[in-house]
Amino acid sequence: MSNNANTHILEHTDSHSSGHVHRDDYGSKMGMWLFLFTELLLFGGLFVLYMAYRTEYFTFFQLGAKELKIWMGALNTIVLLTSSLTMVLSIVALQRGNIKGSIAWLISTIGFAFGFLIIKYFEWSDKFHHGIMPGGEELLNMPQGVKVFFGLYYSMTGLHGLHVIIGIGLLTFMLIRILLGKVTPDKFVPLENAGLYWHLVDLIWIFLFPLFYLLH
Amino acid sequence: MAEHHSNDGRIAHAHAPSYGINIMIWLILISLTVLTVAIAGIDLGRLTLVAALLIAAIKSAFVINYFMHIKFEDLLFKVFLWLVLLVLLIILVLTAFDVFYR
Repeated sequence: MSNNANTHILEHTDSHSSGHVHRDDYGSKMGMWLFLFTELLLFGGLFVLYMAYRTEYFTFFQLGAKELKIWMGALNTIVLLTSSLTMVLSIVALQRGNIKGSIAWLISTIGFAFGFLIIKYFEWSDKFHHGIMPGGEELLNMPQGVKVFFGLYYSMTGLHGLHVIIGIGLLTFMLIRILLGKVTPDKFVPLENAGLYWHLVDLIWIFLFPLFYLLH
Repeated sequence: MAEHHSNDGRIAHAHAPSYGINIMIWLILISLTVLTVAIAGIDLGRLTLVAALLIAAIKSAFVINYFMHIKFEDLLFKVFLWLVLLVLLIILVLTAFDVFYR
């Protein structure tokens, strides 16, 4: 097994200087993916719940979705997709030895992440303003199906939003690591792993957007 | 795969990191987003959901393969990913049977 891991280090990294330091980039990346699988199952469970309730309350889900603004959801989709691109570019820049470029792309990724949260904030506060929130006056008087729709909407986009916040923390941590010279063109896998997490956040939004906003 | 090469490790990274391909993928993803919003405007009945999910699946395939680099990873990563997707599918289908035929 250790022999196997060693060959993989040679195959998968640009590490040519770390002859004596034990480093398993392959295992590191595999560990990240295993964690991402648990995330997929976590959100997968919520999507199953969505499917079940959507079948039961189909017309009410359409009614609820009409309250959401498509353009805001679409804008957030574009913001997240773009942040995914800048994330990849940050990794590519680092692999190519362009540390300044990598830092710049990483900062823009964090910027887009904040952009996503700001749009989400306006979206939620607009709903809150109209009393459409968990326990909100207006929502309590709506039919059961619409309540369920917004219950799912808030829990799923909320959990996703939490992931965005964690992602910002993770990317900021990576930014500091690059600035400190701990993550380098020869040792870029930590940045790749942080990138994997960020892409997962994007991936989940790709499904959340049509399921909640495009229900007409 | 000899142990003694020190600088060959870089060459072993065959899929040279490039900016261009990722920008291409991004353009495709943005186009698909516009498409999915446009299709949602047309009333396709039950097909609306199918179309939306199909586009979402295509988009996620691009993200996973290119942005998340799975296309260039070891077979083991791909096998694991397919297993997880299979588990999700099984849970979804079994629940669907319960929900639809209740």
